[in-house]
Amino acid sequence: MATAVADEGADGTAPLIRFEAVSKHFGAVAAVETLTLDIAKGEFFALLGPSGCGKTTLLRMLAGFETPSAGRIFLGGENIVPVPPHRRPVNMMFQSYALFPHLTVEGNIAFGLRQENAGREEIATRVVEMLELTRLQGFGARKIHQLSGGQRQRVALARSLIKRPHVLLLDEPLAALDKKLRAETQFELMELQRKLGTTFVIVTHDQEEAMIVADRIAVMNQGRLMQVATPTEIYEQPNSRWVADFIGEVTIIEGRAAALGTIDSALGPLVVVNRDTGAGKTVWLALRPEKISMSAERPGGAKNAVAGTVHEIGYRGEMSAYKVRLGDGSLMKVSIANVNARGRPPYAEGDAVWLSWPPDAGIFLGS
Amino acid sequence: MKRGPSPFNLVSLALGFAFLYLPIVILVIFSFNASRLVTVWGGWSLVWYRELLNDEAILSAAWISFRVAVLSATAATVLGTLAAVSLTRMGRFRGRLLFSGMVYAPLVMPEVITGLSLLLLFVALNVDRGFWTIVIAHTTLTTCFVTVIVQSRLIGFDRSLEEAAMDLGCPPFRTFMTITLPLIAPAIAAGWMLAFSLSLDDLVIASFTTGPGATTLPIRIYSEVRLGVKPEINAICTIMIAVVALGTIVSSLISKRGASQRERAALGAQV
Amino acid sequence: MLGQRETRDRGRWIVVVLPYLWLAVFFLAPFIIVLKISLSQSVLAQPPYVPVLDLAAGWEGLKTFAAQLSLDSFRLLGSDSLYLLSYLKSLQVAAISTVILFVLGYPIAYGMARAPKAWQPMLVMAVVLPFWTSFLIRIYAWINILQRDGLLNDVLMWLRIIDAPAAWLSSDTAIYIGIVYSYLPFMVLPLYASLERMDESLLEAASDLGCPAWKAFWLITFPLSLPGVAAGALLSFIPIMGEFVIPDLLGGSESQMIGQTLWAEFFSNRDWPVASAIAITLLGLLLVPILFYERLQQRSLEGGRT
Repeated sequence: MATAVADEGADGTAPLIRFEAVSKHFGAVAAVETLTLDIAKGEFFALLGPSGCGKTTLLRMLAGFETPSAGRIFLGGENIVPVPPHRRPVNMMFQSYALFPHLTVEGNIAFGLRQENAGREEIATRVVEMLELTRLQGFGARKIHQLSGGQRQRVALARSLIKRPHVLLLDEPLAALDKKLRAETQFELMELQRKLGTTFVIVTHDQEEAMIVADRIAVMNQGRLMQVATPTEIYEQPNSRWVADFIGEVTIIEGRAAALGTIDSALGPLVVVNRDTGAGKTVWLALRPEKISMSAERPGGAKNAVAGTVHEIGYRGEMSAYKVRLGDGSLMKVSIANVNARGRPPYAEGDAVWLSWPPDAGIFLGS
Repeated sequence: MKRGPSPFNLVSLALGFAFLYLPIVILVIFSFNASRLVTVWGGWSLVWYRELLNDEAILSAAWISFRVAVLSATAATVLGTLAAVSLTRMGRFRGRLLFSGMVYAPLVMPEVITGLSLLLLFVALNVDRGFWTIVIAHTTLTTCFVTVIVQSRLIGFDRSLEEAAMDLGCPPFRTFMTITLPLIAPAIAAGWMLAFSLSLDDLVIASFTTGPGATTLPIRIYSEVRLGVKPEINAICTIMIAVVALGTIVSSLISKRGASQRERAALGAQV
Repeated sequence: MLGQRETRDRGRWIVVVLPYLWLAVFFLAPFIIVLKISLSQSVLAQPPYVPVLDLAAGWEGLKTFAAQLSLDSFRLLGSDSLYLLSYLKSLQVAAISTVILFVLGYPIAYGMARAPKAWQPMLVMAVVLPFWTSFLIRIYAWINILQRDGLLNDVLMWLRIIDAPAAWLSSDTAIYIGIVYSYLPFMVLPLYASLERMDESLLEAASDLGCPAWKAFWLITFPLSLPGVAAGALLSFIPIMGEFVIPDLLGGSESQMIGQTLWAEFFSNRDWPVASAIAITLLGLLLVPILFYERLQQRSLEGGRT
């Protein structure tokens, strides 16, 4: 009953999923605006962004619960927009799990296979397989209300994987779990994905989660794609101030491009590794807090060094987040690991310090 | 309203429920009164229940009322559920405004108007009035009550369950039958019960649309009551009250068990 | 919702068409017939009115039919003060009853909403239960109590509030008691529903900002419960206007409510055209409240669908 999906060639050039100029309007509101995106087969792909950015709408269009106002969606080369959700080879794990309360665990997991009129023996075998895969052995006869939150999450996962879909969609699947359980489940999901080779598309608002699990991340804002890249690229090479600011912590310094390798800023000339832009153009330097060194004296030989006073310290256990007030009144964020076992941070509020960083530590941004 | 009831609240609740139940309690007690007169208490007796068993007219009227109620309640439940589904799941179809108008109007329409209009329809269509015209009339009247109950349950229904089923390959119609319907079954059952008691109870519309040989219990009771209080009436009324009370308690116990299970499941999903 | 392609699927239209057709035939169409009969004349025949529309007679038949229509029935309604008085009586009873229902029902609904959550379903059932036992029975029960040698007189005499049995039945007082008794659930339940839905933290915020409890009720609780008040009032007022059984069994013979007048015209006088004219006029009077109620329902329906 599922539409046949063409397997791409061994070189994997054709993407499995392609959004082509897809838009979705709800009345006057544009949830998704002319978006084009490719997702490769076997990827663990994340849609990340603040609430209202359109990531969930995009996911639901892939599942078939929303119809695009414009554009096409291709799965394995075929336009699936006219295909209703119950005929797409795509399965979804819902944020609220959406487990059927009147069926047992076994009834929930087997549901998808029963729709295909699979044989009783085959269903039984596959259900056992799934129960083992999600470490729910022996839970088959339980009713949903007898399960804990973590167990229900695994039932939802098993139910959505049993049909061996080409694509598994996950809608904020770990939002309801506590921190420790979430961390464990993230790794479980990654292992599962690697083992099965299924393409996973996950929607999350949790940056850390996206960075941990995903092969590539699409950062979205107000219905548009801001950047699509690997986690490392997004963190170390954001393509805009918005992305730099959205992911992790950052200090952004404005200046004007001077001679190649220099920026004129309120803190003085800064040495950077930059891409060629015209001299005099307004540019920005983004500095990640862990790339900056803090010292009591001005470090000799440092290409970039500024003086300031410690304004605020946020103790986080494994590291401390410092906010340092600089000469021009701006605040610079610095994070330093707490290697001192005594737990006393090396600097206190009000201390005069010097901050320095190498030229290649900063991210040069033209927009 | 977590602060709990004040004394004023408790008093008004107590008085209110006393007012609601007093006449019924009195009626039930006096059905066991050995004396014919309401003013005199003659001791406990089942004499009127025995008289009842000999009263052919009342018994046959009760049987007719029962059959009419079962048939019209079932038809009304089917139509009412369909109407509820139409209003909540079918989006904006043409004529929707008129449809919802027709569905809600009987809720408030005075019964004399509905009764008269239905009778005139039957006369114009040259249909013999009797058992089946009452069934049709009651179905029309009670459908809207079923719709209101089922619809409010459908609106609060967790749509992600239906989406999950379709996502797993279940076509929309089968999704409705295997997922939605079982979970809204208590509301449908409540609708049936309401339609049943409304039909059992109706006097005005039945009077307009009845024909020879189709005297319902309320019509019978009404004609007797006009002549004054008769203790056999107390007896049949007590029986009716007992039947309805039992049915309500049983059905609410069943639905509470099912509801509490599902509530725990739903709450747990948010943990 | 599902894609537009789903709703175009022919098979699903059965879901809408079936109840639609039923209601159109058995609810809507009859009103047209009532209108037609109200324009007819009464005769001693079966059916007791002319003209009878004979579709087989074609266009000629239609013309003779139209020619025989008359507004006589409506003129009668306007000329004989009996009818005007009946309408006014109904209006009076309906209006006063609705107010009494509101005054009595609000504290009950409020008490229910303030009760511990675990009790509330039982309280709702307790309010609904009498409603599910026969309406006729309950009115009959009041006859038991209110009659000359009934319980009320017994108690009042025992308490020495009165000396001789008073006539409670066959009076307007009895009508009001009967109506308030029967329609109480219709007022209490919508009120309870809207009170129960209210967010408790609103009251906590008011208290936090220095507002005493009684004031918070008037400034916050009551205004938010107004949709429930409107629903309860309409669910009571409109049907009470057309009430027949209660005034017939409990009321006196001095004045009639319009429901009784209609009944009498139809069953006693066998004057179908006049009865129909009464119905049409009543419907006209109630049209505005009915439409208002429809709009209330539409709005709650819209709110639920988002």
